[in-house]
Amino acid sequence: MSSVLVIGGGIAGIQASLDLADRGVQVHLVEKSLSIGGVMAQLDKTFPTLDCSICILGPKMVEVSQHSNINLITYAEVTKVEGEAGDFHVTVHQRPRFVNEECNGCGECANDCPITVPSEFNEGLGTRKAIYVPFPQAIPLRFSVDKDACIECYSCVKACSGQGKDAIDFSLEPRDIELDVSAIITATGMERYIPWRLGEYGYGRYPNVVTAIEFERIICASGPSGGHLERPSNGKIARKIAFIQCVGSRDQRVRQPYCSSACCMYATKEAILVKEHEPEADVTIYYIDLKVFGQGFQDFVNRARDYWGVKYIRGRPGEVRQNPKTLDLTILYEDTTTSVVARNEVDMVVLCTAMRPRDDTGELADVLGIGLDDFGFIKVRDPLTNPIETTRPGVYVCGCCHGPRDIPESVAEASGAAAKAAEVIWRKERAVNL
Amino acid sequence: MTVEESYLPRVGVFVCHCGVNIGGVVDVPAVVRYAEGLLGVVYSESNLYSCSSDGLSKMKVAIEKHGLERVVVASCTPRTHEPLFQAACEDAGLNKYLFEMANIRDQCSWVHMHEPEEATRKAKDLVRMAVAKAVLLKPQKEPEISVEPKALVIGGGISGLTSSLSLAQQGFRVHLVEKAPQLGGMLRDLGKLFPTNMESWELLAPRIEAVESHPNIVVHISAEVGAVSGYIGNFDIEVLSNGSVENINIGTIIVATGADNLEPTGLYGYGEDPRIVTQMQLEGLSEDELVDANRIVMIQCVGSRNEERPYCSRICCSVAMNNALLLKENDESREIYILYRDLQTYGTQYTPLEQRAKEKRVKLIKYLDERPPEVITGCDSLVVKVYNPLLNEVLDLETDLVVLSTPLIPNADAKELSQKLRVPLNSDGFFMEAHVKLRPIDFATDGIYVCGSAHSPKEIGESISQAYGVASRAAIPMAKGTLRAAAITSQIDEGRCSGCGTCIELCPYKAIQKDEMGIARVTSAVCKGCGVCGASCPERAITMSHFTNEQIEAQAHAALGRVED
Repeated sequence: MSSVLVIGGGIAGIQASLDLADRGVQVHLVEKSLSIGGVMAQLDKTFPTLDCSICILGPKMVEVSQHSNINLITYAEVTKVEGEAGDFHVTVHQRPRFVNEECNGCGECANDCPITVPSEFNEGLGTRKAIYVPFPQAIPLRFSVDKDACIECYSCVKACSGQGKDAIDFSLEPRDIELDVSAIITATGMERYIPWRLGEYGYGRYPNVVTAIEFERIICASGPSGGHLERPSNGKIARKIAFIQCVGSRDQRVRQPYCSSACCMYATKEAILVKEHEPEADVTIYYIDLKVFGQGFQDFVNRARDYWGVKYIRGRPGEVRQNPKTLDLTILYEDTTTSVVARNEVDMVVLCTAMRPRDDTGELADVLGIGLDDFGFIKVRDPLTNPIETTRPGVYVCGCCHGPRDIPESVAEASGAAAKAAEVIWRKERAVNL
Repeated sequence: MTVEESYLPRVGVFVCHCGVNIGGVVDVPAVVRYAEGLLGVVYSESNLYSCSSDGLSKMKVAIEKHGLERVVVASCTPRTHEPLFQAACEDAGLNKYLFEMANIRDQCSWVHMHEPEEATRKAKDLVRMAVAKAVLLKPQKEPEISVEPKALVIGGGISGLTSSLSLAQQGFRVHLVEKAPQLGGMLRDLGKLFPTNMESWELLAPRIEAVESHPNIVVHISAEVGAVSGYIGNFDIEVLSNGSVENINIGTIIVATGADNLEPTGLYGYGEDPRIVTQMQLEGLSEDELVDANRIVMIQCVGSRNEERPYCSRICCSVAMNNALLLKENDESREIYILYRDLQTYGTQYTPLEQRAKEKRVKLIKYLDERPPEVITGCDSLVVKVYNPLLNEVLDLETDLVVLSTPLIPNADAKELSQKLRVPLNSDGFFMEAHVKLRPIDFATDGIYVCGSAHSPKEIGESISQAYGVASRAAIPMAKGTLRAAAITSQIDEGRCSGCGTCIELCPYKAIQKDEMGIARVTSAVCKGCGVCGASCPERAITMSHFTNEQIEAQAHAALGRVED
C-alpha cells in the first residue's frame, strides 16, 4: 500500500491525514509534542459560529487515533529525508515518554506526583505535574514524564501499580523509526509572537496585560480559572477590557510587516465571549484596519457592535501604563477617525499578537530540503499557480506553516495537499502497472 | 410500558462529565445512580470524557462484559459525537442503531448553568427518555451502494479546471461542464495577476490545454446542467448543449461556478461619464487608452459592506493596489489615490502590496462609512470629494479617471443550480458549506462539494488551493468504490397508502414516486430521513425507521412521567 508522511498534528495535519486515510492510503502522522490538536485545541470557541473549539476538534482527534490507516507517532521529529517524489525514505526520531502503552490515562500517577510546574497548554497560567497529559482530551491519552521536572521519587510508579498496572518505565530510550513514503505533507503550524520587545504595552511587566491565547485559556471553562474572567493580578473579575490589534503584525520594528489575517475576527469573538460571561462589561477593540474579508465576517462584527455593544476604535495605542497600586491599566491612543487623543482606563488588556513562523521551521526546511520565504515561513513554489507545493517536488504544505490563515482555509488546503499527494501515488502506481 | 415484560433488552448508560462542561453543573454521580434504577438498565457508569479513547474503550469493555444490547450515552450532542459512539458500539459487536444519545450538555448544563439542581433533574429526565426509546430500538441495515468513479465539475474557470485536472491525475474520469463557449472563466478578462504579475493567459493557457488533452476529461462547452437526480455514487445528470441532451451517470459533483462582478449602476456616477469605470474595465484598457490619465482616483467598497450586501469582497483592496502599481509602472508621475474604508490586504502574500503601494507614493486615504466620497460629474473635469479624517478637511480631487472597486456577487445562475442540486445558498446568495470551520468545501448533501468564488469571493491562489481540496474530498468515496447508505429512511405501509401523493409533493429530496399501482415508493438511497412525509401522511402510512411512532411516544410518556429517585 502506498503511504504518505504528514508532519504536524494540528487541524491541518489532522484533516490531511483523515482525507488520505479515508481513501485507503496509509498515513504516518508525526507530531512533535505529546498530543495532536495543535493551537485549535487551546482555543475556547471559534468564530463566527462560537462553536466550542475542542468539542468540534475532539471527534476528529479521536478519529485519527482510531483509524486503521493512520500510524500516529507523537513526541517525535523528522530528522532525515532521502529520495524523491514517489519514493522518499524518512527517518523519524521519537523521544521516550517514560510511560508505555499499558497506560489508560487514569491519572492516579499525577495525583500522587509531588512536583508542580507551569502548564504549557494553559500558557503558564495554570499548573501541571511532572507526570502529565497536556490536556484532558489529549490524543493519545497517555501520560508522560517531564524529566526536567521529575525528582525520581517514584510516587507515580507506586500509584500505577496500585491500579494494577506497570505503565511507567524510566528505562525507555529514544528510538529512530524508518519509513518509506510516496509524498510528504508539512502542516507544522505557527508560533504566537510573544511581545517582549514591544515594551510600550508592558507585556511581562504588567500582570494584567495578557496575550490573546492566554485570554483563550482564561475564558475557557476547562482553563485554569474555570472560565471566570479573572485578572491575573488579583483574581478579581475584569469588567473593563481592551483588545489591541496588530501587536507584532504590520510592524517593521519586529520584521513582521504582514497582517496576521485572523486577529480582527478572533478579537471580535473574544470580545463577544467577554460580553457573554459579563454582560455589563465594557469592551473596546483598538484596530488599524478592520479585516473582515471572509465569509460572514462583516456580519459577525456587526453583531458584536450592534447587539453586544463592543466598541471599535480606529487607532493603534501608543502606550499602556500601569497604576502601581491598583495594577489597573491606562491606554493612551489617538482615534484616527476624529484625530482625538485620549486615554482609557481598563482592568485588563489583551494583546492580539502576530502569527509567526515556528522557531524550528528552518531546521525542518533543511531536513526536507525546501525553501523559506522572506518572513521565515515555508515557501511555496508559486503563490499563484502552485499555492500548496513547496520548492521540492513531492513535498506539499498546508495551514499556517506557510503564512497566517484561519481554520477553514487551513482545512480546505489540507484536503488540497492530500489531493496532491494522491496524484503522486497514482502516477507511481500507474508507472508500476505499465 | 409498551415493552413486553417477557423480554427487556439489557441497557447500559454512560454519563459523561465532559470535564467541567457537564460535571461542573450536573450532579453526574446522581444521574448514574438514577439511571441504574430505570427499567431495562443493567449497567451505568460515568466518564470524565466519554469521547476520549479511554472512555470509548471502557464502553466497549462494558458492552462485552455486561452483555449490553442497547447503549445510551448522556453527553454533548449527536451532531458531533454520535458517529464516534456508534463506531464504538459496532467495534463491540453491537448494531450502531442500538445506540441512543441524551444531550445533557448543549440542552442542559450549558443552558442551565446557574441552576445546578434543576439541571440535574432535567439530565435525569433526558436520560429516562433516552432509555425509554433505547429499549424499543431495532437494529438497522445500511445498504451498500456502489460509487461510479466519475465526477461532474460544473464551471470551467480556474477552480473547475484545477479540480478536473487533479481528479484526472488521480485516475478518475471527469465531465467538465462550462456555460460559455470557451474555458477560462473570469480570468479571461483579467490582465496581470498579483502577487507575481503573471499574465492571466500564462496561467490559463497551459491548464486549458492540459484539461482539453487529458484522456480522462470530457469537456462540455456552451453547456448547462439540466435535471439532476440520484444520490452520491449514482447521480444522473442531464447535460444540455446546443439543443441536445446527454445523460451521464456520475459519482460526485463539484460546484465551481465562480462569481459575477457587480455592475455599479447608479453608484458614484457610473454610467454618466465614460471616465468612470470598474477595476475590471480598467484591466481591459490599453496603455494608449490610458495615456491621458494622469490623476486617477480609486474608490473601494462600491456596493459592498453596506446594508444590501454586508459582506466584504476580499480581493478588491489587493486588486486596486496592484492596478495602481501597474499604472505607476507605466508612468511613475501619475498621481493615484485609493479611497478605502479598511484595507483588506492580509497575510504574507498580499500585505506586501500595501508596502509597495506606499513606497510608490500611491495615496491611501481612509474614508468614513458615514461620509463616503462623492463623484461630481457634468463639468469638463471629474471631481471626487472626500472627507479626510486625518486632516479633518474635505479634499476636492480633480481627476482624469475614477475607478470603482466593485464586489464579486453570486453567479446569476447560482439560485437555479442550487435548486437543481438541492444544496443551500447563504444570505448573501453564495453557495453554503456544511460547516464553516471544519467542512468548508463540503455541502451537507453527501457527494457534492464547492470551491472557489462560488462559495465566497476568493483570490486566485486560494481558489486553486480549494480546487485541489475538493479534488480530494470528491475522490474519497470514488476511491473507496462503495458506501454505506443511511438506514434512517421512510417506510411506506402499502396497505394503508391511499396514493394521495401528498408525500411526493413535499419530499425535498424527490425520493418518493408512485408505482404502477399508484402506491408511493421510496428510493431509500435518496431519502435523507427528514420525516416530512411521515408527519404529513393523512393515512399515517409512513414510518421513519429509527424514529417510529412507538419510539417517539415512549419518549413522550417518559418525559411526562417524571420518576423521583
